[in-house]
Amino acid sequence: MNLRPEATVFELSSPGRCAVSLPKGDTPSYPLPSGLERAGGAALPALDELTVVRHFTRLSQKNFSIDTHFYPLGSCTMKYNPKANEVAAAMPGWTEVHPLVGDEGSQGALELIYKLQSYLAEIGGFEAVSLQPAAGAHGELAGVFMIRAYHLARGDAKRRKILIPDSAHGTNPASCTMAGLETVTISSNAEGGVDMEALKAALGDDVAGIMITNPNTLGLFERNIEEIARLVHAAGGLVYGDGANMNALTGVFKPGKSGIDVMHFNLHKTFSTPHGGGGPGAGMVGAGAALAPYLPGPIATMRGKAFALEMPRSSIGRMKTFYGNFGVLVRAYAYVRMLGAEGLRRVAENAVLNANYLKALVEKDFPVKYGRRCMHEFVAMGDIAEGIHTLDIAKRLIDYGIHPPTIYFPLIVPEALMVEPTETEDKESLDEFARVMRAIAQEARTSPELLHAAPSSTPVGRLDEVAAARCPVLCYRG
Amino acid sequence: MPFVANSGADRAAMLAAVGAKGIEELFADIPAARRFPKLDLPEPLSELEVLREIEAMAARNRSSAASASFLGAGAYDHFIPSLVSAIASRGEFLTAYTPYQPEVSQGTLQAIFEYQSMAASLLGMEVVNASHYDGATALAEAVLMAYHNASGRGKVLLPAALHPEYKAVVRTYLAAFPVQVEEYRGDPAAVPVGADAFALVAAYPEFEGELRDLSAAAEKAHAAGALLIVQADPIMCSLLKSPGSMGADIVAAEGQALGNPVSFGGPYLGMLGATAKLVRKMPGRIVGEAHDREGRKGYVLTLSAREQHIRREKAVSNICSNQGLVMLRACVYMAAMGECGLPAAARLCYDKAHFAAELIGKLPGFRVENKSFFKEFLVATPRPAEELYGKLAPRSVLPGLPLSRYYPERKNELLVCVTEKSTRSQIELLAQSLKEAAK
Repeated sequence: MNLRPEATVFELSSPGRCAVSLPKGDTPSYPLPSGLERAGGAALPALDELTVVRHFTRLSQKNFSIDTHFYPLGSCTMKYNPKANEVAAAMPGWTEVHPLVGDEGSQGALELIYKLQSYLAEIGGFEAVSLQPAAGAHGELAGVFMIRAYHLARGDAKRRKILIPDSAHGTNPASCTMAGLETVTISSNAEGGVDMEALKAALGDDVAGIMITNPNTLGLFERNIEEIARLVHAAGGLVYGDGANMNALTGVFKPGKSGIDVMHFNLHKTFSTPHGGGGPGAGMVGAGAALAPYLPGPIATMRGKAFALEMPRSSIGRMKTFYGNFGVLVRAYAYVRMLGAEGLRRVAENAVLNANYLKALVEKDFPVKYGRRCMHEFVAMGDIAEGIHTLDIAKRLIDYGIHPPTIYFPLIVPEALMVEPTETEDKESLDEFARVMRAIAQEARTSPELLHAAPSSTPVGRLDEVAAARCPVLCYRG
Repeated sequence: MPFVANSGADRAAMLAAVGAKGIEELFADIPAARRFPKLDLPEPLSELEVLREIEAMAARNRSSAASASFLGAGAYDHFIPSLVSAIASRGEFLTAYTPYQPEVSQGTLQAIFEYQSMAASLLGMEVVNASHYDGATALAEAVLMAYHNASGRGKVLLPAALHPEYKAVVRTYLAAFPVQVEEYRGDPAAVPVGADAFALVAAYPEFEGELRDLSAAAEKAHAAGALLIVQADPIMCSLLKSPGSMGADIVAAEGQALGNPVSFGGPYLGMLGATAKLVRKMPGRIVGEAHDREGRKGYVLTLSAREQHIRREKAVSNICSNQGLVMLRACVYMAAMGECGLPAAARLCYDKAHFAAELIGKLPGFRVENKSFFKEFLVATPRPAEELYGKLAPRSVLPGLPLSRYYPERKNELLVCVTEKSTRSQIELLAQSLKEAAK
């Protein structure tokens, strides 16, 4: 890791330098529109090419990443993504194709979208799929819009409540608010599943539906999923499936066959696009027969022998421009084609085995609140000694060269440490993680100051986030 | 088995450690009748075979690189310096997550901070966030932000000359709120802004290419207590007045043109900027400076009390991670193009587009409709534009977007876009081809 401070591009700037060469003008020059000429130039740096390359290379060396470190960030599915996916997505036959070239000029792209739609529908057990949404949260928003539109189309305007288990991701309630619906929180039972009595009590003719993450954020499969769906449907509601944790279920369980009416998959997680420091992702939505007509569009279809685009009959409309994050779709396509049915099942099996193995090794030192067999991840607790908190464990892991798990989430587990190893890690890296966790547990009792001072191996120590938010500096000030 | 690390022997040892006889036992919580369904998918192929299959599909597309392409309309084919892809493909950037652990994410965080700084200056805003899905969703969230900022007001004024897909996305996002969307024609400065309007939206330039000074529109919106939201072309802003300098309160822009290929419509980059006083109402990730106990400067995700992972249903938006790597490319692009390169590229676009308009405007039956434009202009054609497109595309000239694709009644209009990548000979070929096709 690069520990040296790196100046900003503005500090590196030196007048007169330029990193690029452009063709000379080969046409006459024309006067700019009067009164619209920019007075002062934008504050962009003047840098030579080598300085730009070194600057960003040095910055990159201040990151932990999957290519360099074990990164068991729960709920984020930080698995190794095949490099072939990058090669596939970077082919000029995709990158140089304009989205408005027309159906005749984009048959290859439409074919890929069409086939991927059908593969994902098969994997999830859906009637139809739209690849429009650009991220998981974007897919959630589309799904909640669809549920809302369905009820309104039936003249059922009083259904304004969405039930959400207290273990859910924050995006679930936030998506409901953006769709103008109210959130009702459903508590979890002692086993970490939905409290069925609380669910029954909340159901009524004002309920639009439920959003359910399965496996949930505790890494546990919701055993009552079919009963939940039955109850919600009986009350006139619909079931949204949050597919954030689909990596545990490919080839193992088809949510669409167990009462899920609409669902998103995070293609960038389960179907393998590198996370890019925060995107881009893709959040396809799949739907059963009731909601398929409401999918966002356009989606790909076949007219005779040609591929074409169309809007679903009662579509909620467009969620973004054009046809989704196409480059991410190419990666997902490549991944499904390389794995096939058998490979996808192996992915889920090994993701679940790795998590259970790691849980067995770690829970001796870090208790797991809901101790039954987990799926692809498990949630331990970090307050294992006097004065020691999960944050201290997380920061100390960094000094051992491991990216911390997700911390303080889900909210229903105090001092949560959410660990998702994924199927691409080998047994040795799991054993190493367990060994490090044991060493940290020992330190927590014997040398807690090491944990409180951690990390000490990074370019900066713990940063004062409170001060940063109180007086925000959001741009370079010179 | 591809992409699974452990061997059968490893798995056996691990199963023994967890006390399971077989891997199926780990899935006992799943209803037995639903467990391990058959998946009807094509047989898996090797990496080599899959890449060949994908390459064959890609070959069935019409590539802009193999054509003289004048398509724009929201997706712009600008030159991308080679170093952009070289940096963006580094594993340390490519395979990192959202920078939740700042001590091991300073590379990503500083890059975002530099992006925010350069983008804010370009757009003339005091703050720009770390990205949205694309320009249209950035605009939709800008409208929602203005709506939530002005309680009691329920109308937004949208230009009829906004990109039709942007209009559609804004309508999707507003569906659940009691907001009246009113479209206006012509100069935003001439539109009545009532006390019920929370925002006046202006496109800079408009979908059909027209450019207007928005200073008077800003004054008018502000006098009525509304915000001015501007949808802008970021490359143009290096040469012409920034939206902020004309009084915009919020700017939404499509940042794809900054170092990202057209890639059949995605992934792109939503840019969202605002004045400092609106920052706590702003959606999206924002990076700020921070210091550690030893006083060393670093960067963190900040103002997160706005966001879904903290505020849940009370968050300003549901957005979380979105277009990180696309933003990184835009950051590297702006740093490389710099204070000389970016306005120079913008100037080339401007001159070449005006040269093209001059040639096309002289063709019999053709007329350029704009008074003022940057790199894109509207041409009235003597024959249906789709017919011209259909004649020229097989000859590897993509003459622009027939507007009938969006507006079926506007048959004889062609939206032509020229960037710095177009050569004089391609522009002359376009004019010559249009002339012949219109005969």
